[in-house]
Amino acid sequence: MNKIKLIISREYLSRVKKKSFIVMTILGPILFAAMMVVPAWLASMEDTDVKKLAVIDDSGIFMNKIPDTDYLKFEYLENNSLENLKKDFSKSGYYAILQILPNIIEEPTAVQLFSEKQPNFSVKSHISNAMEKELKNRELRKHGIDEEIINSIKADVSIRTIQWTEDGDTKESSTEVAMIVGYASGFLIYFFIFLFGAQVMRGVIEEKTSRIVEIIISSAKPFQLMMGKIVGIALVGLTQFLLWIVLTTAIIFGAKTAFFPDLGNTNTQEVMMQDMLQQQNMAQMEELQSQQMDDMTQIFNSIKSIEFGKIFFSFVFFFLGGYLLYGSLFAAIGSAVDNETDTQQFMLPITIPLILGIFVMMNAIQTPDSPVAFWFSIIPLTSPIVMMVRIPFGVPDWQLALSMGLLVITFIGTVWLAGKIYRTGILMYGKKVNYKELWKWLRYKS
Amino acid sequence: MELLRAQNIEKRFVNHLALDNVSITIPENSIYGLLGPNGAGKTTLIRIINRITAPDKGDVLLKGRPLQPNDVNIIGYLPEERGLYRKMKVGEQALYLAQLKGLSKRDALKKLKYWFEKFEIQAWWDKKVEELSKGMAQKVQFITTILHEPELLIFDEPFSGFDPINANMLKEEILELKKNGSTIIFSTHNMGSVEELCDHITLINKSKNILEGQIDNIRNKYKSNIYEISFNGEIEKFENSLNEHYEIVEKTKVNGHHAARIKLLNKTNENELLSLIIPAVEIISFNEVIPNMNDIFIKVVNEYKN
Repeated sequence: MNKIKLIISREYLSRVKKKSFIVMTILGPILFAAMMVVPAWLASMEDTDVKKLAVIDDSGIFMNKIPDTDYLKFEYLENNSLENLKKDFSKSGYYAILQILPNIIEEPTAVQLFSEKQPNFSVKSHISNAMEKELKNRELRKHGIDEEIINSIKADVSIRTIQWTEDGDTKESSTEVAMIVGYASGFLIYFFIFLFGAQVMRGVIEEKTSRIVEIIISSAKPFQLMMGKIVGIALVGLTQFLLWIVLTTAIIFGAKTAFFPDLGNTNTQEVMMQDMLQQQNMAQMEELQSQQMDDMTQIFNSIKSIEFGKIFFSFVFFFLGGYLLYGSLFAAIGSAVDNETDTQQFMLPITIPLILGIFVMMNAIQTPDSPVAFWFSIIPLTSPIVMMVRIPFGVPDWQLALSMGLLVITFIGTVWLAGKIYRTGILMYGKKVNYKELWKWLRYKS
Repeated sequence: MELLRAQNIEKRFVNHLALDNVSITIPENSIYGLLGPNGAGKTTLIRIINRITAPDKGDVLLKGRPLQPNDVNIIGYLPEERGLYRKMKVGEQALYLAQLKGLSKRDALKKLKYWFEKFEIQAWWDKKVEELSKGMAQKVQFITTILHEPELLIFDEPFSGFDPINANMLKEEILELKKNGSTIIFSTHNMGSVEELCDHITLINKSKNILEGQIDNIRNKYKSNIYEISFNGEIEKFENSLNEHYEIVEKTKVNGHHAARIKLLNKTNENELLSLIIPAVEIISFNEVIPNMNDIFIKVVNEYKN
């Protein structure tokens, strides 16, 4: 037991001290934070210049009907021709010229936006939304609908989903949040298995090619070396993830106070939510703001309603179970070959279930209770990925227990088999190994 | 007293039998040579003794009892294919390997300090192994093999990769280890070093143990009644003095005097030979030719082939 501890600590420390680990640990959060902060920052930068647009309305029906926003001002020009405006465009200070042709009622494409630069998407959608609304209202008016009724029509539909449990309690849920949580955890497991499983494999190959392995296994059992490596690398991965989360949070919080000092939040999740909120608000129309505030509070409520305890426990379980299962297979592959280029024929059977898992996960996110999603969340090779997507939508306990039980049995089995292959493989050199050979190794006496 | 005994060891790999009913007995505090052509099964036997692989049949007994998992802590093994973690620092690595053999960190540090000073390599402590030359890495590896003062040391081709000066230093260290009570198994192709170091040998050929015993007994057993005489005088006179009981195997001229190898055929002895040649020439030296291990090795392996 003492030896396995020594091996774990060597595997852990030698990786954590590497330059590449330190660089990745620092660069990762900067990238993540940039992914979250930069779009918000750009959006706020872009929209702070006020843009003036000239409107030449030849149809005469849109006068003062396109609303100004904080950053978009519309000037309705009468008695001015497009040619004149174009001539003096650069001096006029206009961002763009909107020309509405007389036949707009019959022909909805009779609108043109002229500018020197490509006008951005939010400008375009703002104009088309306002014009569509005006055209619709005009039609309604023509059929004698009251102005009051027209104004009272709100076409925004937002479905609230409520789940109830067997004892009759209800709770508010959000399909979107369940999707995000499920997708994020399933993908994280996939990513972790691939990234750190491959590290296990490379570690084994390195020991084999540097010939240190014979020295180590004259002191410790091959199984101790294999498990020590798998566990040590898992700890490296967990350390890296933990540091990423902490550093990303710190950077986002730091950037928040630097760029958006008016938001005095201390809770990171809220900060991030606010961030999203702000970004969306800026990109969209002001009139939607209150509606979105409602959505946000609703999402907050449903985040509270998700069983985080259960999700967290299952996540840790499937995360470790999946990693141990695949990690031992990666170790067995590493032991069977002399260098990384020979790994391909053995990598395929490992890669296929993982990729299949990801595909089924995308499907399961739409239909978490379909037979495909069910079976793939029970089969141990894909269950860590697929089950995590189903859990936030609610999975019967017996299914969860079955899936976890099978995963435990399978990983004990694979670790045992991989140990047998590993034990023989690490001492084999210069031999092209195939599946038949591996089968023979399984039958050697230890 | 025997330290280790391997009894009727059999190990089969997919297409061949690596060891076929091999038995060896290693006396305590001896240097035991494990000889044999490439692929004879020496490394497999060594791995079985190290508990790296298990035999299909047979037992390994240490001091009369079956070998236990923890016994690896009293064995030091230097494999033929040397290796260290290339990216790891020398000191850290030596410390790690020592701890794996069951030493406490404090003891390991103390002993490492002694050996690094003895080999004058303190400056390497913080270097990565990949910065060292092959010979330098060999020294580090040797230290890590003997650091935990194992009762049984197993060296597989220890001299490969060493220059003559370092090889000699290593030889002296091995003799020193024996003096301090260790038992050493020594696998090599270098017959010169076998004669110099080993007390006992066993010769494994094609998975079988074909020759075992004390090295002096073996050499005496294989001597073939040949004597080497060097003398001053005329070679013709020398030849004429011999009768039909003697055969001249070889004649050479070294540094201005003659040398000849004479085989005693039958019904005669050294004294009679001397009495015949003393009147004829001036004798400088007279020695019995004892076959060297190289000749015995080749002879035995070839005999086995036929």
